[in-house]
Amino acid sequence: MGGGSKVTVVDTLRLTAEDAAGLLEGRELSAAELHRAYLDAISERDGELHCYLRTVDAAEGDGVPIALKDLVSTRGVETTAGSRILAGYVPEFDATVATRCRQAGLPVLGKTNMDEFAMGSSTENSAYGPTHNPWDPTRVPGGSSGGSAAAVAAGLAPWALGSDTGGSIKQPAALCGIVGLRPTYGTVSRYGIVAFASSLDQIGPLTKTVRDCALLYRVVAGRDPCDSTTVEVPPVEIPEAEDLKGLRIGVPTELNEAEGIEPGVSEAVGRAIELARELGAEVGECSLPRSVEFGLPCYYLIAPAEASSNLARYDGVRYAIREPADAYMEMVERTRDAGFGDEPKRRIMLGTYALSAGYFEAYYGQAQKVRTVIADEHRAAFEDFDVLVSPTSPTVAFELGAKTADPLAMYLSDVLTIPANMAGLPGLSIPCGLSDGLPVGLQLIGPQFAENTLFRAGHALERALGFDVVPERYR
Amino acid sequence: MSWEPVIGLEIHVQLKTRTKMFCACEAGFGADPNRRTCPVCLAMPGALPVPNARAVEWAVKLGLALGCEIADRAVFARKNYFYPDNPKGYQISQYDQPLCVGGRFVVPGPGGDHEVGIVRAHLEEDAAKTVHVGGAGGRIGGSAHSLVDFNRGGTPLVEIVTQPDLHSADEAKRFLQLLRQTIVELGISDAEMEKGTLRVDANVSVRPAGSDELRTRTELKNMNSFNFVARGIEAEIERQIGVWDAGGEVVQHTYDFHAATGELTARRSKEEAEDYRYFPEPDLVPVEPPRELVDGLRGELPELPGARIRRLEAELDFDTALGLVTSGRDRLYERTAGDRRAVANVLMNQLAGAGVDPDAVDADELGRLIEARERIPRAAFAEALAKAAEPGFSADPYLAEEALADTAALAPIVDRVLAANPGQVEAYRGGKEGLLGFFVGQVMRETDGKADAKAVSELLREKLAASR
Repeated sequence: MGGGSKVTVVDTLRLTAEDAAGLLEGRELSAAELHRAYLDAISERDGELHCYLRTVDAAEGDGVPIALKDLVSTRGVETTAGSRILAGYVPEFDATVATRCRQAGLPVLGKTNMDEFAMGSSTENSAYGPTHNPWDPTRVPGGSSGGSAAAVAAGLAPWALGSDTGGSIKQPAALCGIVGLRPTYGTVSRYGIVAFASSLDQIGPLTKTVRDCALLYRVVAGRDPCDSTTVEVPPVEIPEAEDLKGLRIGVPTELNEAEGIEPGVSEAVGRAIELARELGAEVGECSLPRSVEFGLPCYYLIAPAEASSNLARYDGVRYAIREPADAYMEMVERTRDAGFGDEPKRRIMLGTYALSAGYFEAYYGQAQKVRTVIADEHRAAFEDFDVLVSPTSPTVAFELGAKTADPLAMYLSDVLTIPANMAGLPGLSIPCGLSDGLPVGLQLIGPQFAENTLFRAGHALERALGFDVVPERYR
Repeated sequence: MSWEPVIGLEIHVQLKTRTKMFCACEAGFGADPNRRTCPVCLAMPGALPVPNARAVEWAVKLGLALGCEIADRAVFARKNYFYPDNPKGYQISQYDQPLCVGGRFVVPGPGGDHEVGIVRAHLEEDAAKTVHVGGAGGRIGGSAHSLVDFNRGGTPLVEIVTQPDLHSADEAKRFLQLLRQTIVELGISDAEMEKGTLRVDANVSVRPAGSDELRTRTELKNMNSFNFVARGIEAEIERQIGVWDAGGEVVQHTYDFHAATGELTARRSKEEAEDYRYFPEPDLVPVEPPRELVDGLRGELPELPGARIRRLEAELDFDTALGLVTSGRDRLYERTAGDRRAVANVLMNQLAGAGVDPDAVDADELGRLIEARERIPRAAFAEALAKAAEPGFSADPYLAEEALADTAALAPIVDRVLAANPGQVEAYRGGKEGLLGFFVGQVMRETDGKADAKAVSELLREKLAASR
């Protein structure tokens, strides 16, 4: 910027990551200036929204800055997973995805709020207070990656990473009117991600556009020797085509007609499916009866079972908080009682029970068998279709406090995202319209490793839908 | 009533891989506390295990030596419990799909072969080390505080579980000696009980001799040598027989053996009721050892100690054969030509005393030495043995030395020795003929070990009798 005569005004509300990268490449502004622009937006709007638990002031890297969900370990930056039990814990190491972001030159903007240990669908379970939805601050942003989703929607980050176990990327993306990808299980390293349920946890992007989503997925995906469950990933293609010719789209009846889906949500999704047909897709109905009936109950056996074991390491011995006591077991009990909120406690108890001698086969063992059934059912559907579509969430963003007293009602927020997750399949949520002035998400599910197909379909639909991702109140 | 003991063993073998089971930290002793640690073995949030391929290979090797089937698909499982030495709150072990199953291990005995069934052998990670400061018995309860050293945490272990096929403390000890030798020869562990690289728990019960019932068993822990294992089992057998004979009932329990007193003390029963809530470790994919690897390792297996004892027993006796094999000297024995008994004796006595590595000894040279041992000076023979493992060792210079057997030359020395020890001479003449060895030793000393022992003895006997 030679003479300093040219001033680039950054509208972080509209700026996509791809556009931001263009500005950096064209030397229209520096990475530090870009970083500063987002920090300014954060000081302006995050007081109301509470997307961030902490920000990082210095831009480390010459690329587009990124927000990381607070369960991504960041060397030297406190990482709490939204829990009091990890208050003050500063990792000695970077999660593999954080390393990949650094290697790609993406400076970390900050760590975003989340439901404690990713357990929740509203970000109200954070020990540090809830995040508010940028479309309507009396409403939740969804969860558990609510901080990341709201930050992107409110222009407080060009893009962000979240994690998805039962729907924690897709559902908040839907409720905040942005794009979210839960990748195929095994494509993105979990090394350094504070674990909730290991066989379900996946890291993925939250972005304004499908192209941004593909670009960020390209940065983080790939086999990692530190995570034995990762695999080689096919090359990521950044989508360009604006039609859907030749694409076979299946509409699973049970996912689209499930009890509890709001009429406004059904309408918006119906219009998007119609649009897909106009773009050249072949649309047909299909069925996933057992996946939808058993997905949620089995998820609530497997995820808590794994969580009960994953959370055992928080014993007060080595790091973070400790409640002193005279004896070891008493210290452990007091630390965990003081450190965990209600939802982790509830799930630890559920999971401990499900794994107990005499119950294991009937609960955990049986749930794993059902998981195979769910995977088989999806595999059969993908013989006829390339992509399956449904609403991402049965409802639009709900009022803060509306479901906190009723855990089961909260669990039902994920009833449409859980089946594909149980099968380890990739799912993309894109905004497809408004209902009562609030965003509705369209879920696109593909077979394993079909991220490129999802990007292609999502991109074409996104162009045709022309959804404005800037919340109305900020326009 | 006469009773038959029924004993099964659970053995933990610490593998001497360079790195730990699930991380790249160096394994082994010697570092300052908590120096050999990383996010994985400290269970930092988000850290994930990656299995050590060498440890898997070595466990397969051990499984093959135990005659086990190697699973096509073995699954790591989490064993959940809280303890300060268990940082994740679970130990990664194997549960219903272990790496090695259903083996048999032959233990030769003086009365014939005894076959011990192997239930399974699986891979797991070692716990960290805790030191409980203050309080009684080094136990966590009642201690003032506890210190944890995570250096050992995550070291690879193979756990071997036997069938209850052993029927005496002695048999259990022999089984362990042979197992240890096998492990050492496979090169996968130092297997030293004193250092804790080999750990043994014993399940013990007794039943009326001749019956095949299985009565309530107890578990013995904290025995850190083969002798203590034998003593602990012996004590527990006696205790149980006492209980039954007194009309009582043996209760399932875990006991610690205290070597100093030979006593068994019961552990608090609360710890036994633990539910470990095993489930497959979701952070790891199943281990699927390739067939070619397993077949390759099977082909490389050396002849096992049990078989070698059987072979050697035919030309020696059982105890000598057992001694040669369990001390690792049987290969040298077999390589060395000459009178079998003489070779075995030299290897088990003088060579063992010289602290020489038997595998570095040139057997041809050793054979020549042993053949000449009657003829050359004792000191020369001992010196030759001490140097037998040195590179390029030749027996020639020692064979060239002749023992001093000339009576004319020896007589003045003998006279001098007798004159210098009048008290002993008197005692000998008073009937203490065992003192002959003393005089021989004195003469040897005077001659720097060069005198022919046989000639000296004859001369001494003669002179002591003559002047009586």
